[in-house]
This record gives sequence, structure tokens and C-alpha cells, in this order.
Amino acid sequence: MSAPSSYWRKTSRLTAWLLLIWVVLTFGVTWFARELNEYSFFGFPFGFYFAAQGILLCYLGIIVHYSRRMRDLDAEHASEIDPE
Amino acid sequence: MLSSLTRLQRYYLYYTGIFLLFVVLLAALERAGMPARWVGYAFLVFTVSMYATIGVFSRTTDVSEYYVAGRRVPAFFNGMATGADWMSAASFMGLAGTLYLQGFQGLAYVIGWTGGFVLVALLLAPYLRRFGQYTIPDFLSARYGGNTIRLIAVFAAILASFVYVVAQIYGVGVITSRFVSLQFEVGVFVGLAGILVCSFLGGMRAVTWTQVAQYLILIVAYITPVAILSYNVTGVPVPQMVYGQVLSEVSKLEEKLFDSPTELEVRDRYRERADQYAQKIMQLPHSLTQERERLSIQINELKSSDVQMREIVLLERQRRELPQDPAQARERWEKEMYEALARSKPPLRHAEPFPGDSEAERNAQRINFLALIFCLTIGTAALPHVLMRYYTTPTVAQARQSVFWSLLFIIILYVTAPAYAVFAKFEVLSNLAGIPIAKLPGWVAAWAKVGLVSIEDINGDGIMQFAELSLNPDVIVLATPEIAGMPYVVSGLVAAGALAAALSTADGLLLTITSALSHDVYYRVFRPQSSTQFRLVIAKSLLLVVAVLAATVAAQKPGTILSMVAWAFSIAGSAFFPALVLGIFWARATRAGAIAGMLVGLSLTVYYILRLEFGGYSWLGFSDGPLNPWFHLQSTSAGVFGILAGFVTNIAVSLMTRPSPQAAEFLERIRRPGGREESP
Repeated sequence: MSAPSSYWRKTSRLTAWLLLIWVVLTFGVTWFARELNEYSFFGFPFGFYFAAQGILLCYLGIIVHYSRRMRDLDAEHASEIDPE
Repeated sequence: MLSSLTRLQRYYLYYTGIFLLFVVLLAALERAGMPARWVGYAFLVFTVSMYATIGVFSRTTDVSEYYVAGRRVPAFFNGMATGADWMSAASFMGLAGTLYLQGFQGLAYVIGWTGGFVLVALLLAPYLRRFGQYTIPDFLSARYGGNTIRLIAVFAAILASFVYVVAQIYGVGVITSRFVSLQFEVGVFVGLAGILVCSFLGGMRAVTWTQVAQYLILIVAYITPVAILSYNVTGVPVPQMVYGQVLSEVSKLEEKLFDSPTELEVRDRYRERADQYAQKIMQLPHSLTQERERLSIQINELKSSDVQMREIVLLERQRRELPQDPAQARERWEKEMYEALARSKPPLRHAEPFPGDSEAERNAQRINFLALIFCLTIGTAALPHVLMRYYTTPTVAQARQSVFWSLLFIIILYVTAPAYAVFAKFEVLSNLAGIPIAKLPGWVAAWAKVGLVSIEDINGDGIMQFAELSLNPDVIVLATPEIAGMPYVVSGLVAAGALAAALSTADGLLLTITSALSHDVYYRVFRPQSSTQFRLVIAKSLLLVVAVLAATVAAQKPGTILSMVAWAFSIAGSAFFPALVLGIFWARATRAGAIAGMLVGLSLTVYYILRLEFGGYSWLGFSDGPLNPWFHLQSTSAGVFGILAGFVTNIAVSLMTRPSPQAAEFLERIRRPGGREESP
């Protein structure tokens, strides 16, 4: 098997980072929901707010970032695209 | 401004406008005296004929149009269609109710069902689109080679999708029977017609465009009532922003109410009742005969005195309805006992995460919460009818963007659901609890008649305590219009929205099942030489057969249908997720590894569900009663074990076998940059 292309290396590194952030948000922050509820945020207990709205916005952010970075990466490597 | 929109966007703008006009017109007619029942009919006929029109205009005889809508669906519209595809009757009606009952714990559904789309975006959608075939079994078969894995994938896809589609058709039956007062079985077949007009002639192409139309209706229908309610309570019609204040009001009311003497008394009564049932169960079969004798004596006493006939009839009915034999008595009394026991516990505080009396109990709650999130995310990222949608965009970049749009359109509903729950709880705590039962508002009685609300004055003080009220989860969304005192037209709108949610999901699922059968089994395995026309004939006839089959099952009213939906996630997750993700990211994964992983994951999940839920049934071969849950995990989280076992087996077996030769070429193809390439 040939060495992985730099495009694929960059793609997998980006994917791994975003996935790590996703895991920390989903399973890490949520774990401490009881403690976070001590803080108040726009009238919400913060733990509740984060699980009901905050985390969803973070998910959107992750997808937007991925989509942008991949678009740029595709443009950088445009010469490697062979016509289908 | 209108000219800057694309042709499609303009069409859907007109469509939304027409729909809103229709709603306003109906509201005016209702004010002029049109009966409520006609409003229901008008909504049913109008929306279904809209979908039918779109379905007929999108008819097609082209294979690529039929399976993947010609790969011409722009990211924005694919996002909307995925939203409708994804959000089923369970999301529309059940989620807000679950959040009402479980408070913070219910947020596991919100997090799980949205978090899964991050996995779709990062791990699956772009690669599926670059591969560019028709189905998920196609992808697995191309990556690992051979038809064995294709057939296993077909089996898992059908298993997961069929239980899901039955639940949707069942939901349609419930909605039509409640709002248009059709008979349930008739409602099911009306729903079937509604599903077929969308998918029969035009396949994926027709389903996509009707799903966009259905999304628009369902989201308008979901947000309107709670926005009005929010305006009534807080003066701001944006419930998602302001329910924080209402939540703190709710917490204060909970503080005041939950430990008041009358509430404590009611809960004590429930505990006593649970104890009584426990005693009766212990003394079976003796207690059953005793019960029957007691009633007989009472009836005879009454007969000899001069009380009204009505009371005697009541007692006689009680005697008739006693369990027939000790086994039935045990089953029924155990259910009553658990219900009474549940109501004797102090109610959950709405905003409190992982509630429990001890640290250990809280940790068990926390682990169940995270496990449920895990299952739901992985299941979301593995349901074939959702993944299939990412084959339909024109480019890989659009597939990535389209996940963003999907999640955005889904989130609009999911950030509203907790607001529904909080407003409903505020209404119940502030306006219902502590009110004399004779003075309860009209909607309570109306829904009690359908059996979705029940009130029992267990301590006999004529006042409704919070613990004496029990609500079916579905009632929250359906009754909000009445809680806020809105005209019937809003209820009709909500019913139309729920119908749209159920129909759109059923369409997507039905299409997944038929393409698995017609494309993967018939064309790929049995008759690779069949002509394209003939393949479509097969696909369309199978669609009809599967749809009628699903409706027939739904008409039997299978009881556990809603939990079956949760199982579909675990089944799909454990069968597909490890094989798909390892197949894309790990070159070393082999055919034997994937097959073993899928089989082990699938069997473990199915085994755990069967043992936990049906353990007591000896005809399934389990004689020793239900299994004790492993690590306190409920059967809805069965996927945790299946998914992990699937990964471990896949990796272990792959390392023991030789890599498949075609994998390198396949991976080279799907890992290539793909910025501006057009559809193949």
C-alpha cells in the first residue's frame, strides 16, 4: 500500500481533533452537570442550559468548522483531483 | 429579493405562503361557526393532497432518480428533507412529554439525537457521497467484497427499519383516530395511502420533495402553540429564550409543593397501596379467591338492602373484571404495584441532573444517562434511511454542508421541546395542583376521556395533589393548544404537523427497505442482468407489499411499539457503525473481521433486548425469567454492549486474517480530495 497522501493525513488529523472535542463535550462536560448547575446563565441553571441548548450549538460549530476546513483543504489539493 | 432565490426556494416559499393562508382561512371559518370536526378533515385532506401533488409531479422511471433523486438535491434542501426524514412521530409527540416526566434525565434524547449528526458529518457522509452508489449494503460490499456481508447488512437494515416503520404507521392511526375521529384501523390505512402517494411513483425523488414540504408544516405546527403559550405566560413569544425564568419559577413551586403535608399524605397512601399489592401477590392463589368472595358478599349485602342498582352493577363489573387465574393476577397486580410504588416516590426536580438519594444511586443515574446518549448517537449515525440521504447531494462538499443544514433544522425542534416541557410543568404546578377536582379546567376532562390523563383522589379530600395526576407523554404537545386556550384550528395544525412527521419518516424507511430488497437482494445477488425498467417494476411492487405488510402489523396495535423504536437504534448502531467506520478509517479491517463484528454485535444486542424484555416467556426458550440488567443498563441502551463487542470483534478477527486485496484501491478512491468534482 502506498504512503498516505498529505491530504488524507491532514483530513484524519482534523477529524481526530474534532472528534476529541466532541467526546469531551458530550461525555466530559455532561458528567459534571450537577456541579455546573450551581452557576446561573440567562436565568437557566448552567448544567441544564448546556445540555438543552449549549451543547447543540457546539455541535453545529464543530460541523461548520469541519466543512470550512475541508473546503479549504480540497482547494489546496485541487491539482490532485483527477477527472471522473 | 425574490429574484435572488433559486427556483426551488421560490416554489417552497409560495407553498409555505399557501399553507399559512389556508390556516388563516380555517381560523376565520372556525370563528364563523365551522364545526371542529370539519377543521380536522380540512387539514387532513389539504396536507395529504399537497403531498400527493408533489409525489405525482416527481414520478420517475429512471433508476438513479428512483434511488438517489438523481443526485441533484442541493445541500439546503437535503438538510430539510433529512430533518423530516429523521424526526418521527416520537420526536414530535413523545420528546416533550418525556422531558416533562423525566426533567433533566430526558435531555439524553436531545443530546444523543443531535450529537449523532457530528459523527455523520465527520466520519460517514463525505465518504458515502464520494463512493456514490445507492445503498449502505452497496458500500459495505464494495469495501469488504462479496455478497455475504451485503446480505447481512440487508438483514440488519430491514430489521431496524421495519419496527420503526410500523411505529410510524401506528402513530398515523392514533392521530387520525383522535383528531378526525376515524376508526383506528381505517386511520392506519388512510395513513398507508398517504405514504404511498409520496413514494410509490417517484421513489427517492418524490420522497425528498415531499419531505421538504412536510418539514415546513411540522416545524410551523410545533412552534406555533408553544410560542403563543410563552407569550401568554412571559410576554415574549420566543419560548426557547425565556423558559429559563419559567424554569426557576418551576423550581420554586417544586420547593414549596413537593414536601407539603398533603403531598406527603398522598404519597404515603400510594406506598400503602403498593404494600397491599405486594401482600396479595405473596398470598396467591389464596388471595384471588378471597377477593372474589369479598366482592360476592358485598354484592349480596347490597342486594338485600335498598341501595341504587347502579352501585351493584359497578361491583358486579369489578367482580367480572377480576383476573381469571393466578398467573394473570400476578402479572396485573405486579403492574399495579410498580405503578403505585413509582407514584409513592418523591417527584423529580425538573432541573436536577442525576437525581438520587445516595451517591451510588446518583452515579447509576449518571451512567445510564451517558450510556443512553452513547447508544442514541451511534444509532443516529447508523440508521440506513438517514445515511442514504447523503447519497443524493451533487458533490462531496455539498454532502458535508448538508449535514450542517440537517442538524440546524433538527435543532430548531429539539431546543423547543424542553421549553414545551417546562411551560407545561409550570401550568400544572401553578394552575392545577391544589385545585378542587370539580374546578379543574376543561382540557383535563377532555383528555381524561381519551385515557391520556388520569386523576385519582386517593386521599379523598376533593383536591388534586400533584402526585394524584398522571399524564401520558404524548399529551403534552397535543394538549398545549387547549392548555393555552387556543381555538381548535391550532389543534388541527398540531395534528397536521404530527402527521407530517410520521409520514415523512415512514416514507424514508419504506424506501430503505424496498431498495435493500430490490437493489441489493434482487439485482445485485440474484439477477445482475435484469433490465433497468424491470428493476423499477420490482422495486415498486415490493414497496407496495412492504407497506401493506407494515400497515397490517400496525393495525394489530402491538403494545410495546414505542420502545421498539429505541431498540431500532441499538440494532442499527451495533450492526453498521463499527463496520462502516473501521472500513473507512482502518485499512487493515478485513471481510472476515467485518462479518464477525456485525454478527456478534447484532446478536448480542438482540439477545440483551430479548432477555431483558421477554425473559419471562418460555416459548422463546428462556425458562429462568428475565435477566438481571448488566451494570444497571436498561434495554433501550442495549446497543452499548453490541457496539463495543462489534468493534472488538471486528478488530480482533481482522488482525487474525489477511487484508482483502481490493481494500487499498477502494480506500484510495474515497480518501481522495474531492472539491469540485461533479456527480459521476
